[in-house]
Amino acid sequence: MNYNDTTHNEHHTGYGGYVLIWLILMGLTGATVAVSGIDLGDYILFTALLIASIKAYYVVTVFMHVKFDAPVFKIFILVALFVLLSVFILTSFDVFYR
Amino acid sequence: MNNEYVSFLKVKTKYKGIFSWIFSTDHKRIGILYMIGMLTFFSIAVGIGVLMKLEMLTPGKTLYGPEMYNALFTLHGVIMIFLFIIPGIPAIFGNFFLPIQIGAADVSFPRLNLFSWWLFIIGSFMAIASLFFSGGPVDVGWTFYVPYSLRSTTNVTFALSAVLVLGFSSILTGLNFITTIHRMRVKGMTFFKMPLFVWALYSTGWIQVIATPVVGITIILTMVERTFGVGIFDPALGGDPILYQHLFWIYSHPAVYIMILPAMGIVSEIIPTFAQRTIFGYKAIAFSSLAIAFVGYFVWAHHMFTTGISDTARMVFSLLTFLVAIPSGVKIFNWVATLYKGSITLGVPLLYVMAFIFLFSIGGLTGLVLGSLATNVQTHDTYFVVAHFHYVMFGGTAIILFAGMHYWFPKMFGKMYNEKAAKIALVFIFVGFNVLYFTMFILGYMGMPRRYWDYLPEYQYLHIISTIGSWILVPGLIIMFVNLLISLKKGKPASMNPWGGVTLEWTVPSPPPLENFDKLPVITNGPYEFAQKPENLKEEK
Amino acid sequence: MNKPIAEAIEEPLSHNQEHTHEQHVHRDDTGSKMGMWLFLFTELLLFGGLFILYMAYRHQYNADFHSAAKALNMTLGTINTMILLLSSLTMALSIAAIQRAKKGLSVFFLIATLGLAAAFLVNKYFEWTAKFHHDIYPGSETLLDGSSGKYIFYGLYYTMTGLHCLHVIVGMIVLSFMLVFVLRGSVNSDKNVQLENSGLYWHLVDLIWIFLFPLFYLIH
Repeated sequence: MNYNDTTHNEHHTGYGGYVLIWLILMGLTGATVAVSGIDLGDYILFTALLIASIKAYYVVTVFMHVKFDAPVFKIFILVALFVLLSVFILTSFDVFYR
Repeated sequence: MNNEYVSFLKVKTKYKGIFSWIFSTDHKRIGILYMIGMLTFFSIAVGIGVLMKLEMLTPGKTLYGPEMYNALFTLHGVIMIFLFIIPGIPAIFGNFFLPIQIGAADVSFPRLNLFSWWLFIIGSFMAIASLFFSGGPVDVGWTFYVPYSLRSTTNVTFALSAVLVLGFSSILTGLNFITTIHRMRVKGMTFFKMPLFVWALYSTGWIQVIATPVVGITIILTMVERTFGVGIFDPALGGDPILYQHLFWIYSHPAVYIMILPAMGIVSEIIPTFAQRTIFGYKAIAFSSLAIAFVGYFVWAHHMFTTGISDTARMVFSLLTFLVAIPSGVKIFNWVATLYKGSITLGVPLLYVMAFIFLFSIGGLTGLVLGSLATNVQTHDTYFVVAHFHYVMFGGTAIILFAGMHYWFPKMFGKMYNEKAAKIALVFIFVGFNVLYFTMFILGYMGMPRRYWDYLPEYQYLHIISTIGSWILVPGLIIMFVNLLISLKKGKPASMNPWGGVTLEWTVPSPPPLENFDKLPVITNGPYEFAQKPENLKEEK
Repeated sequence: MNKPIAEAIEEPLSHNQEHTHEQHVHRDDTGSKMGMWLFLFTELLLFGGLFILYMAYRHQYNADFHSAAKALNMTLGTINTMILLLSSLTMALSIAAIQRAKKGLSVFFLIATLGLAAAFLVNKYFEWTAKFHHDIYPGSETLLDGSSGKYIFYGLYYTMTGLHCLHVIVGMIVLSFMLVFVLRGSVNSDKNVQLENSGLYWHLVDLIWIFLFPLFYLIH
């Protein structure tokens, strides 16, 4: 059925598009550093991880091209992330409640 | 396109002799290479098991001392789990039949497939070699729990690196199968026209890819801990040994679904064929495979109920453990329903399946005893656990591996085995198995701890009965293997479809040619459509 | 509609004596990419295990983690983060270039990626040796005399950044091979899934650092 699949990424993002994403990533990095100086108490970890996740989102969707890939790739990633997240949460039921 | 048929066993390649096998990227040859390796290791581990049972005939020393016993049960576990049952059915029958069942010429990455086999062989040799290195054979149990695995003077690091290599082999196989199933199905074979064995391999592949790396990091950290003392698992340095157990079981529990799902897939193949009826509840069985794979990630701490984890965790994991039993139940009901009003032939594969249903049900139900918090306190780390996992792994997966061997033997080798010898073997195996392992439920419930070389005299009579069971089981295994080996040479030639199966492997010659199909099959039906006789067409509710 | 096998593969099926399987290797770029993503998931879970340990120990030794982290060089960490982010950009640009048949530009960006990776490693080297110089490493007197939490913090620090570095090195090796392939022309505007897959791997290395950075360098 798929003996000769030679599809490759059509030109969805131009050079400029990639540079723009990079600038966003640099900005978010700056934000992470700036935020770490503010005393957010218990929320510092959550904030840092939130910003990191936004950066990750851009890397995955644009640099790794997932935004333009077939849906199956998005499903794969969501499944893997869901399992990872669940394992974190289930482990925390132990370590946070000892 | 009318080329002369050449069996894959006889095809000439650019390599000569043994190299035409060990450098072959043909999925069928790779499947057989795995089979040879795995059955060899299985036999060695069975021998070790026999030695263990002999030692258990009397309290204290019977044949050898406790250090040797520790090494033996470690090796028995490592070989059975990492060299036999985890590669298991996917490595042999997945490799051989997945491409054929979906109408493909091979897997997505044939060279990677060969590499997987090489990793398996290298890892296996490393595991065996670790017996002989200075420090002596590893005595930490196949679970390698810290802190003892950090302190043991045996060469834990080398044994662990063997497991790392084997894990990689498993990951690459899973990766290959998932991609193959997505990309190589012949036109017309939608996901819901695939055989259930393929669904099982698909679900298993996801576990192999996602869970195995966690044991990978666990192993790496243990090796790093032993070498550099980073403190991550070492309680003397501030580490938490329970975290080791978490990471270990985050893989090792899903691993048991790697073991059982493919076996359940084979059951879903054998039953329709030997009942000459379509499977009852195809979609339910397909989704239940995915459900087991999925929920199976969320129950691991039921191996840790007595270790000191929080009460919250205990309740959560116990509840999830009960949930994961449900999809397995769905399968059993649907299999039995398939048999109902079927046109049943009591062939050897079906007899093994029936043994499986009995044995696996006992294993599964006793799992509920273990999964329930209160009863777990009584049974954890006793022979009850040993009995439970032998019922599910041996009575479950291995029995179906044997069933698959008989079911697909004609297709793989073009010969029929001797029915009578196979049935005699099964009787010995079934009786011996139950004598050997059922007594362990009682022993465990009465308080006999596992992995103990010595025990109180009150347990002896049950140990003796159990050991006698091993003396009935092992001859059964020998008869089964010898029958198959002799039939390789002397068996009657097999037809293309000796059982009347309707999946694609029964439409190619026995054995198949190199590229499986002369002409690509055209898929119009679902996977289990049998010609219905009028008396079978009663309305079913 | 069913495709007869002769159309489906490049060479007609034949059962002659010197038949080899390699003649029938088909090309499936999407499948190739799928395989790569599955491999990336293994890396995700590999590091995931370490992050789980981090979560557990940070919870257990919260105060110690905060104080131990103060000794880490935030400036160097931030610079390294920027280096890797830039390298992800150059990686993406390299692929974009080869897809547009701009071989020279692609080579330039690949070399830039490699250079940035090397710079990352150099920074790491200085960071680690500075720590060794201050007697801060697993098994050192200073750490053994200190609190458990600090010991574990550095155990995690060295293990996680160390494993990450190994992945950077592997990535550099892979990208070096890609550089050769692009120069030779075996990776070109028609056939570049290998470069894409290498890029995916490289971005993953960046992603791991994106999470490592705040967790180790920005807790104070």
